[in-house]
Amino acid sequence: MSLPENYLDYPARRYGMDHDRYNWSDMFARKPIAWPGGTRIALSIVTHVQHFPLDMPAKPFKAPGALSMPYPDFRYFTNRDYGNRIGVFRILRLLADKGLQTSFAVNGCIATRYPALLKAVVEGGHEVVAHGLDMGKVHHSGLSVDDENAIIAETLRLLRGATGQPVEGWLSPGRAQGFNTPELLTRNGIRWNLDWANDDLPYPMRTTEGALLAMPLAYETDDRVVANEYFQSEPEWVQQVKDRFDVLYRESADYGGRVMSLPLHSWVSGMPYRVEYLREVLDYILGHDGVWTAPVGQIAAAAESQV
Amino acid sequence: MGAEPMQSDLGLYDYLPWPGRPKITWPGGKKLAVWIAPNIEFYEYDPPNNPTRTPWGRPNPDVLQYSHRDYGNRAGWQRMMAAMDRAGFRGSVSLNVALCDHHPEIIRACADRGWEFFSHGIYNTRYVYNMTVDQEREIIRDAFDTVRKHTGQELAGWLSPALSNNLWTMDILAEAGIQYTCDMFHDDQPMPVKVRSGKLISMPYSLEMNDVIVYNSQKVTPRHYGEIIRRQFDQLYRESDESGMVMCIPLHPYLVGQPHRIDAFAEAIDYIASHDGVWQATGREIAQAYHASGAYDAMSAAAARHAQGDR
Repeated sequence: MSLPENYLDYPARRYGMDHDRYNWSDMFARKPIAWPGGTRIALSIVTHVQHFPLDMPAKPFKAPGALSMPYPDFRYFTNRDYGNRIGVFRILRLLADKGLQTSFAVNGCIATRYPALLKAVVEGGHEVVAHGLDMGKVHHSGLSVDDENAIIAETLRLLRGATGQPVEGWLSPGRAQGFNTPELLTRNGIRWNLDWANDDLPYPMRTTEGALLAMPLAYETDDRVVANEYFQSEPEWVQQVKDRFDVLYRESADYGGRVMSLPLHSWVSGMPYRVEYLREVLDYILGHDGVWTAPVGQIAAAAESQV
Repeated sequence: MGAEPMQSDLGLYDYLPWPGRPKITWPGGKKLAVWIAPNIEFYEYDPPNNPTRTPWGRPNPDVLQYSHRDYGNRAGWQRMMAAMDRAGFRGSVSLNVALCDHHPEIIRACADRGWEFFSHGIYNTRYVYNMTVDQEREIIRDAFDTVRKHTGQELAGWLSPALSNNLWTMDILAEAGIQYTCDMFHDDQPMPVKVRSGKLISMPYSLEMNDVIVYNSQKVTPRHYGEIIRRQFDQLYRESDESGMVMCIPLHPYLVGQPHRIDAFAEAIDYIASHDGVWQATGREIAQAYHASGAYDAMSAAAARHAQGDR
């Protein structure tokens, strides 16, 4: 079982990235970004609204949060669905208390399964971001172009139809993409995506179908990652989110505007015992001068001409 | 591999218990050598498969994991470097040497600060599992040539890519002129490695201080990482009254360089740097001092005596 000689060939060993999706750039050497009104931090709150089908496939991989018990997994199917019945409304209520307009990343199937949920999000003044069709439909390079395109088109048809919003933002289930995904997103009218975890600022991506913006979304301070992958407590989540904000806020004094992203899950932060920790986080961040809270699409629009 | 039977022991070092060892003295009468080893890595977007280990958990491209690592080379490295500058630490870079080609700007910033580069293979998505000896020699040659060409430095240290090894790896590293390996975690002091030719030192690196292990395997919070760094330091600093020890902090800029983590780390290394008896060293400097002070020869002799029954 030895390796072929071409295991020591490195066809993409060259200056910059080993693909053409985007250019390398040093975040601390870029032209400073200015946010509206001279604000320092764009607060980007993205609440995931998800449906995990009872028969979701295990191959080629499951999205995080997937059902994990033997079929039929009543346990996690219903626990995740709690977020759609109660949790999301608890978060919506808190955001309304604070007077915030934010983003909700919603699986396309929610439009037909739970139209009342989508209506509440829209009436709350929030932006809907396409979050794939459902959590069992992961994007990967094993999908044909036609099959992947069909998933994207159907997701956008459902969400655009139900919300009346243009729906120009995308977050893949499990933040998974195949080689073709950025092209297919762009072809279907997506202008920005939240899948890539390599920056704290928006940056331009290249596709053969036109421009696509990468918008930052924190990975390791995501409520689900902290609770269900790191098994850390809510006070520990609060501390990390505050610490994250403090550093970005400090940097914004010297390097220009920063994005503070706060990924939430309706079935995680929407739990009764967790939602007041979310309030603590929001109170802390909003207690600072120069914080602009906006849907991701508005942040993308403000950044587009500057990056 | 293949038909070769597995061995029950690495056979790379003799047992030498801590009590009664020859005393190590560091330059300038310092007590504890502290070195920081940032793993500045490049993971490939579309790497080939190795039958023993698949690079990514998802089919290529694993956009989430790829981009998470790329964060280190866009943003994290700057925060990490600023924290180390403030505390007066030079890095000993555990380098995927292809990064010299991809991101010469990062290499230049490290070189300008007098940081050392040691090899962490070509890419962190290429493992030495299933390589022939000649193939593995080829990546060692590539690493020497690449680091020399981009930095003028002659490689002294080695950490296998993703800690992948073959039974002969240490022999061919020593044969190529590598002075220290970071792949073994059996001691708090540098120790001789039994190789076919040349002299090779096992340099204390650390799994337990390594941010990737701490954050991702042990699920430790950033602030607690700061706490365990201090505790590790305090204990080794006290014990180094008797004989010099080594503390290493292995880092990954894509992890420690995140905004929610950097301050707790920065405060911990400021704390270390505030102690007079600390020798802020690089891996190469520790290896040189180990030889120059006679510690290598004394430890080798002590280990041989112990192995021969003088206990």
